[in-house]
Amino acid sequence: MPDDRNAIETDSVGRVYKLRGVKKGEPSNLVALADVTLTVSQGELFGLLGPNGAGKTTLIKILTTLLAPSSGRAWVAGLDVIQEARRVRPKINMVSGGEASGYGLLTVRENLWMFSQFYGIPSREANRRIKQLLEIVGLGDRIHTKSSELSTGLRQKMNIVRGFMTDPQVLFLDEPTLGLDVGASRDVRRFIQEWLRADTTRTILLTTHTMAEADELCDRVAIINKGRVLACDTPAALKRTLQRDAIFHLEVTPLGGTHPEIFKNIPGVRQLVHHPGDGTATLEFFLEEESVLSEVVMQLSSNGIRLKSLQKREPTLEDVFVDLVGRSMEEVESEGEA
Amino acid sequence: MRAKPEARPYGIRRFLQTVIARAYPRLIGANREPTWLFFDVFLPLLSICAYVFVYRAIGAPEAYIGFVVMGGAMTAFWMNILWSMSTQLFWEREQGNLSLYIVAPTSLMAILLGMALGGILATTLRSLAILLLGYWVFNVQFVVSSFLALFVTFTLTMVSLYGLGMMTSSLFLLYGRAAWHLAHLAEEPVFLLSGFYFPVKSLNFWVAAVSSLIPLTLGLDAMRQLVFSSGPLLGFLPIPMELLVLVILSVAFITGAHFLLAYTERLAVREGRLTESKT
Repeated sequence: MPDDRNAIETDSVGRVYKLRGVKKGEPSNLVALADVTLTVSQGELFGLLGPNGAGKTTLIKILTTLLAPSSGRAWVAGLDVIQEARRVRPKINMVSGGEASGYGLLTVRENLWMFSQFYGIPSREANRRIKQLLEIVGLGDRIHTKSSELSTGLRQKMNIVRGFMTDPQVLFLDEPTLGLDVGASRDVRRFIQEWLRADTTRTILLTTHTMAEADELCDRVAIINKGRVLACDTPAALKRTLQRDAIFHLEVTPLGGTHPEIFKNIPGVRQLVHHPGDGTATLEFFLEEESVLSEVVMQLSSNGIRLKSLQKREPTLEDVFVDLVGRSMEEVESEGEA
Repeated sequence: MRAKPEARPYGIRRFLQTVIARAYPRLIGANREPTWLFFDVFLPLLSICAYVFVYRAIGAPEAYIGFVVMGGAMTAFWMNILWSMSTQLFWEREQGNLSLYIVAPTSLMAILLGMALGGILATTLRSLAILLLGYWVFNVQFVVSSFLALFVTFTLTMVSLYGLGMMTSSLFLLYGRAAWHLAHLAEEPVFLLSGFYFPVKSLNFWVAAVSSLIPLTLGLDAMRQLVFSSGPLLGFLPIPMELLVLVILSVAFITGAHFLLAYTERLAVREGRLTESKT
């Protein structure tokens, strides 16, 4: 049974999709989620961090009653998302990054008013909230603009208002800053934090593949890859797991024919991430101790690779991901696309 | 997990709020772009012109001109059902609205009803414009025998027709492109089978009887009987019988829409393939 103090709880949730039109011998199932057990407390801003295709959106769909899990159970606000979906829905809302919801011919106000009616908000109250929230996100002067005439960033701000105007108990934000420029992303992040601070009974589950966003916003973060939760803790605690490592950021001349794997084989090198570049390549080394660095530099030199700059830095969530998965999120995503 | 999602009764007030809110974009949005006057009124009028000229050239009774104008006005409703009502849930999914509708604490049936209501009101405006232009250009004489009967007939026709549209919208969502092809196939044959440009009585009795499954067939026939002096002579069935069939069709289609929608929602939750276009 779920704990009433938890806004979200999942117990061994799994989701398997049946693939259609697969050739003989190829797998006919796709495991999107496997054995996910999580708890999110009331008042928490919880982050799901993982590359595209990790299972974040699948988990959000399950928690927002859009999708049944293949195994396990999930509760939102103490209610079973399948058995009590009707009671869950008034307590939640969701916003997805890059969504084009609403109707282009309607104005911003009209679109938001339409959605407010589905939640039973009286028209006058809905219009008051719409006006107030649009002002807060800096969209007040666009209230009578057709939504088709909004830029991607402004449209996303409208979507954000749509999610917040129903004042949900639990809000699901699926990549809310996707496709936004730096300024708009900052505005949205600030708004999310202020909204949560205003009422301690509110809870947000946010998915992102932006490490800095998770680090800045979230009270706790679950790192997810290939449908499995690999770690779950506060950003600070997750980063502390790498305190024993010495992390170096090296800028070097392109590796050419040298395979990065040879540096990984140096005793004391725990992880290596290689970002190729035209004139400059970067290498992120996770070393068991600083003394290993001299061997790394020697190896670079013996392979004709010139060191341009070297910097020791503090661990980030990206480093935690690399440590857990063995590759950077960028590498995992490009592997998925291939 | 194979559990069915719960039913979604959220009260009559919420239901009505949803109907009105979802009708709003259809009614306001559809008339916000003035191009509808050209595409939805002027172009259908060209088809009407063609039939009128043919009938006049062959010396057909003048009543046929009125039949053509009325049939032409009603084509707007069939086009609205095929290309707007039926495809709407499909487009809502493509746009990302469908998942928001499912997550919202309201009835999906109310959302579908709102689409239908908005469609009826917006299309009635187009239909009236065609009717008035036809009246003005071709000097059609309307002799309404009973405005009340006309109103009841039109309302029943709309209820059954949009009930059919609500039902097919779930089918479109389930079968996607296959349903799309069926809609293409249904467009022209229905113009023929429902007697848009001639009295349906001209068809073989059994063909006309089968065509009566399309609500516009009997609705149009009954309305023609009510607004043209020679209408009763050219009518397919007595008006009360046509109204009875329309009532039966209304109940069948709306009940069908309710169950199909519930089935679609269950499928959406179980298989997750209906809330996004690519999974």
